[in-house]
Parts: sequence; structure tokens; C-alpha cells
Amino acid sequence: MTQTQAEAEVVLRLDRITKAFGPVRANDAISLSLRRGEVVALLGENGAGKTTLMNILFGHYVADQGSVEVFGQSLPPGAPRAALAAGVGMVHQHFTLAGNLTVLDNITLGTEGLWARGVGRSAAKAKVGTLSRDFGLAVDTEARVGRLSVGERQRVEILKALYRDARILILDEPTAVLTPQEAEALFATLRKATARGLSVIFISHKLHEVLAIADRCVVLRHGRVVGEVDTHGTDKAKLASLMVGGELSLPSAEVRAPGPVLMQFQGVSTPDRGAVPGLKGVTLELRAGQITGLAGVSGNGQAALADLIAGLALPASGHLMLRTKAVADWSPRKALSEGVGRIPEDRHHTGSIADFDLTENAVLEAYRTPRFSRRGWMDWRAARSFAEQIIAGYDVRCPGPDTRIRLLSGGNMQKLILGRAMAPGPEIILANQPVRGLDVGAIAYVQSQLIAARDRGAAVLLISEDLDEIMGLSDVLHVLSQGRLSPAFARGSISAAELGLWMAGQGFGDARHAA
Amino acid sequence: MRLEPIADPSMARKLGFPALAIAATMAVATLLALVAGADPFATLGQIATGALGSKLAILETLNRATPLIFTGLAVAVAFRAKLWNIGAEAQLYAGAIMAVVLGTGALGSPLVLPISALAAMLAGALVLLGPVLLKTRLGVDEVVTTLLLNFIMLLFVSYLLEGPMKDPMGMGWPKSPALIPEARLPRIVDGLRLHWGFGLALIVAAAVWVIQTRTTLGFEIRAVGQNPEAARFAGMPVNAVLVKTALLSGGLAGLAGWSEVAGLKGNLSLDLSPGFGYSGIIVAMLALLHPLGVVLAALFVAGIFVGSDAMSRAAGVPTYIADMLLATALLFMVLAILMTRVRVVRG
Repeated sequence: MTQTQAEAEVVLRLDRITKAFGPVRANDAISLSLRRGEVVALLGENGAGKTTLMNILFGHYVADQGSVEVFGQSLPPGAPRAALAAGVGMVHQHFTLAGNLTVLDNITLGTEGLWARGVGRSAAKAKVGTLSRDFGLAVDTEARVGRLSVGERQRVEILKALYRDARILILDEPTAVLTPQEAEALFATLRKATARGLSVIFISHKLHEVLAIADRCVVLRHGRVVGEVDTHGTDKAKLASLMVGGELSLPSAEVRAPGPVLMQFQGVSTPDRGAVPGLKGVTLELRAGQITGLAGVSGNGQAALADLIAGLALPASGHLMLRTKAVADWSPRKALSEGVGRIPEDRHHTGSIADFDLTENAVLEAYRTPRFSRRGWMDWRAARSFAEQIIAGYDVRCPGPDTRIRLLSGGNMQKLILGRAMAPGPEIILANQPVRGLDVGAIAYVQSQLIAARDRGAAVLLISEDLDEIMGLSDVLHVLSQGRLSPAFARGSISAAELGLWMAGQGFGDARHAA
Repeated sequence: MRLEPIADPSMARKLGFPALAIAATMAVATLLALVAGADPFATLGQIATGALGSKLAILETLNRATPLIFTGLAVAVAFRAKLWNIGAEAQLYAGAIMAVVLGTGALGSPLVLPISALAAMLAGALVLLGPVLLKTRLGVDEVVTTLLLNFIMLLFVSYLLEGPMKDPMGMGWPKSPALIPEARLPRIVDGLRLHWGFGLALIVAAAVWVIQTRTTLGFEIRAVGQNPEAARFAGMPVNAVLVKTALLSGGLAGLAGWSEVAGLKGNLSLDLSPGFGYSGIIVAMLALLHPLGVVLAALFVAGIFVGSDAMSRAAGVPTYIADMLLATALLFMVLAILMTRVRVVRG
């Protein structure tokens, strides 16, 4: 396979692409080539320049220097239509579909003239039908996109690109929202596509996926290409060290005896939020000295469960027990004073205030405690030294406590939020997607802090979509699907495939599960 | 053409674009004068002399700036929390009413000034309390409620001046009786027509600045304005903060009316405010919502008004030029604020 590819024609060539945003060089002389029938993975931590590079290729940005060549023809800069016409198709991480239109309408949208609507509909339908058979992309063309699952929507996006005769597919973090089974189906589609001569650029954080699907892997760091490896001759550890530029060890967690129950859900239900299901009779125990993992695809009730722990909501029915008492008067401030540390899912919009500096963000939760204010007067000196403590103690890389937090990378932002949550020594810790979008170095750091908190006796609830993370860190784990909670599985007692089935809703059967 | 956000704008950018906005405003003023058939440079010169050319002109400008500082602060405080208080005009009149109610003999003690000031703040605060409770409880848009309250309040004042508050000695004019001397704000310097309302406005501006930067309430107001979701998650009582912001904002606007009645006019009439509440929005925006910037912006806006009056008498150019100038200044300033944060990129 590798032999034939080495001789296959080059379909895409990026030549010394350079793009600066102010003083930051997002792309620094990046060269990349893609051959016919090849899958190249683009790997790199957040802010390494992957998305910028793809936006230049697709014509959303204009490069300061360098050129893009598709099938031997150089592509005019800043013209997405030219990229489309040349056969480049992009599937964004956040889908660009109209929920109120049918699948077929979404696919043909923009390809037909203003006055020609409806003329070629049957022809279009036939073409989509052929494509979906050839590439294994089963989807009902007459269904409304708003009613489709995330996996189906992604198939529509890919069909959209194929319908426009894309010969080069760019997939930006395509598996971030998929169950393992859906990801496997996507990989099967990609294999069919490459067999038919399509070429794929696959952007991902997940090393095992890169190894599974890509032929070659290009690693970016700080806007430069730092390595290009044949995936058949490498492993996870090598890729990870290329990404962060140093050997690192992923944290390993040992089994320990669990302590008393610190927080408990007893038959908790919450109302549905539009299409997102609320909790359905969830019973869950969080024990001291234990990391409880909550697996599941986003949008299955995780937000409702996290809000309950964070103090943002109370159960509509059932009880939320704190140690031995049911909570009645519950708010974020109350949760904080009861020793609940919270790492929110969205660090940009929920966990921090973008235009506030690090000092202000550091005291966002504790500004009313006597340490930082007296009789309504802020003690900014104490706040600043607290921020400096977090910066030093949690390795937050920044110019100083007066920096606005929006200027920090996701990893450093998360470290500040982590430091803020850990400072009061919380007994119960809610970690909602704590490492999503972080680079490998930051992931290892955040995870080791969660393990350290568990080791000193905290009850940690880890919500994650990443099965590697959940299975690696959790002492006990549950799956949340459509608001229903699976039974508890002890570490090592369940495989990823079995978890995938629970995530897809099988296993719950007809009877509602009770702990 | 596309806008690209700038992560950390330079100081040159932060000051350069607002300066450019003022220059562009001057260019528009020149055009307006040409349209009116006057010599543009003479017109601009007359506006400048009219505002600053003599001791009298300067004092007039400072007097005019006084209510604008109060309403500008009221708007700046509210907008900082993204509470869109368009009703400073109504709150101003509420304060003015209290100045008359307590200042026309009902209260004879030497404490009448501080008491009526507090009452005016309370009245202004209460006028904004309704809209903010409707917002926090029922999600009613405060832009609509505060704006419409302006008209309701003006009709209410009209009713008062024709009825219960009508001056029996007023020869039929709709105005209130005059305040007793103890209820009047003294002049800062004897013989100069500048009252202590101006001094108080400066002190209040400094106090608002201290509240915003040094107190937990100021921290909460800024946090709620920047990102209510993060504020709520962090444990801030978002609705309570909005109510406190409204009380502060309404109170400041109430002081504007109180200071006009007690300091300048000595009674209440329907022409007490030529739209000070609305001009306060311009002042606050020009000041980029900074309390000390409000003082400078109020002086600028007052200078344009006073200068245009003088210029109009001398050159025969309509005083509408003042409104046009302020409107263009505001538009250019909004654009300048945007341009400090983004750059235009081709392609």
C-alpha cells in the first residue's frame, strides 16, 4: 500500500505557507503534500496552527507568503469558491447545516442557480443515492436535518462535499462528537473513499485514531512542522512526544479503597431542555478518595447533572444529598461553601471572563471571603498575590497576573481555573470535560491534579467523552445515555466496545435502571 | 474586506482612533457650515469662543456640563452591567420633583439640602426599579420600558405643574413655586454664576470610579456586564447585582434633576431638561463608560451646546448643528471603539 502511494500523483501541495496574526506566527513556512488515495493526519496541540492552515487552504484566510497548488494548478488566494471548484471539500468541526431543511436540500444548497430550483431534483437525488451507497453513508435524503443524530449530520456534511465532486476531503476533528461505533463507521467510509482515489486530510487530537486511519502524520508545533512520520512505523508515545516536544508520561492511577459517600443522587430527574434530555431517575454515589467517571456522548444529560452539582439547579424530583443531608437551599455560592470545587465544561464562557485579567478571574469565586474583601472593599493586593500563587503552583504560562485571560491558550486558562477550584481544598470536585481541546502536556497535568485530589481524599466526578481518559482515570464508571444512568462498572470490568453499546442506549432495555 | 480581531491592541491604536473620530467630526462640522452658507472656519471658531472664549462662556459651559456628568454617570454605570437604561430623563425629573416637594417650605431645617438630595436619589432609583424588576423577573426588555417611562414621566410632571404643584403666583405659567433659600445650592465663588452642583458632580464621578474599581459591588457589576453566565457560575447573585446597579444608576440621574432645580433654576418647569437624559447616553459612550472620562465627555458635549448657541446668534447658522455634531461624534466614536479592537483585512 505504501509502495503504490509513494508513486501516486501529488494532488495537493502547500508550499511554505506563512501567516501572522499581529506578532503571532500562526503558520511559519509550512509545507505539506498529499498524494492520491492517501490519508494524512494533521496533529498538533491547540494553537499549533492546524485550523489556520486549513482555512488558508480553503480560502477563508489569505496567506502572507507561500502558495497552494491543487492538482498542479495554483489556487487563487482568498477564494473559497475556487477551492470548491478545484475539488477541495471541508467538513468543519461545527456543522454548517440548515436544521429546517431536508438532507437533500442541504446537500444541493448553493449548487443550483437561483431560477433553477427543483429542476434537477430527481437527478440530484439519484446522485446522492449513488454516493451514499458507494461510500457507505446511509442517510434518508428526505429527513429534516434538525431531526438527525450528530453522526448522521456528519454523514450529510461528507455527502455535501462529495456531491460537489470533492477529490480532497478535509475533516476537522471529525470524531470529537461521535461514539466509538460511529467513529468506526466513519473510518470505514474513509477507507472506501481512499480506495476510490480520494485524498483525506484528517485533523485530530486523538493519537490512537491517527494511528488507526492515517498513512502519514504531519505534526505541527507553534506554527511549524516539527515532524512527519509514517504511521506504520510509530506509536502513541512517539507521536505524543513529537507534539509537545519532550517525553512525557501519561498518568496512571492505582486502585484504592473508597471512603464514605460525600454526595448522592437519589432518583433525580430534571426537565428536558428542548431536544436535550434531562435526567431520568438518576441514582449515583460520589465517594471520598474515588474518581467516578461519567462516559457518554455530549448532550445526553451531562449538563443537567453538572448543573446540579455546581449549584445552578435543584432536582425536579428525587433528592440531591450532600453527605447525609438532602440539599434544599442550593446555589453556586452555597456549593462553594460546602466544599464543592467546579471545573466547568466551557472554560471560555462559563469558567472565565475573557476581558478580566488573571487576578480578577482568580478571585471570581472567592472575592467575598475575608481573604479578598472586607466590608465590601476589595483587597486587590491579596487577590494579586493569590493569582501569582496559582500561576506559580499550577504552571500557568503567562506574562503576569495583569494579563487578560483571553490572551492565554486553552491549557493555561484551564490551569488557572483548576488552581482556583483546588485552592480551598474541595472535598467534592466536578470536572466537566476538563481536558477537552487541550494539548497533550496540559492534559497530563490536569489529569495528574485530579488524581492527586483523589489521593488526598476528595470525591471526583469526571465527565468526559474521551473513552481513553474515562477508562484510564476512573475508579468506577457509569454511562449516561438519553438522561439514563447505567449501573456502576468497576475499573477494568468493561471494554470500550461494551461502553459504546451503553452510550448508544442499548443495555438500558425496557426497565428503568435502579442502582 | 473582513474584520480581524486584535488580541491586544496597542496604546497608539486605543488613542489614535478616538482622536481620528474627533477630527472626522470636525470635518463634518465644516461641511455642515458650508451647507448652511457660512464660513466654516469662522463657524467652528465661534463655537469654540462661545464655549470657552470668556469667563462667562466657561462658567456657562461648566453649568451645562453639571447635569450631563450626572446623567452620563447614570448611563455609564448601567451600561457597564449591560443594563440598557435609556430612561435617565425620567429619573432626572423624579429627582427634580423631590427637590421641589422638600425644598418649597415643607422642610425648614438646615439639613434640607442633604435630605432632598437623598430623596432625589431615592426617587430616581425607584423609577428605574420597576423596569429592572420586570427585566429580572419576567425578561421584559428594559430598553422599551425605560424609554417609554420618559414620556410618562414628562406627562406626569406636566400634570403636577398644571395641578397640585402649580405656582399660584406664576401668572398661569406651568411652573412650580420657587425653592426657599435654604434649599438652594450655594455658588462656589461669590459673584460667579457656578453652583456647587458642579463640585458635587466631580466628587460623585470620583466616587463612582472608586466603587467600580475598589469594591465587591463594582467587581460584580463589571463581571455581570462582561459575562453574566460566568458571573452566575462563580456564585454572583446576577439579578441582585442588576437591581443594585439600577438603584445606583437611577439615583445618579435623580441627582441631575435635583442639582438643576436646587442649583440653577430654583423651580421646576417642563423645560428643565433639554434632553439631558438622552445626551447622557452620548456622554457615557464618548467616555467609553469610564467615570472620569464622563467628566471630560460632559464638558465636551456641554461646550458644543453652549458654543453652538452663541455661534447661532452670531452667524445665523441654526443650533441644530449642535445636535448634528454630537450625533456624528457619537457615530464616529462607536466606529473608533470598534476599530481599536479589530483591523480591516482585504480578501
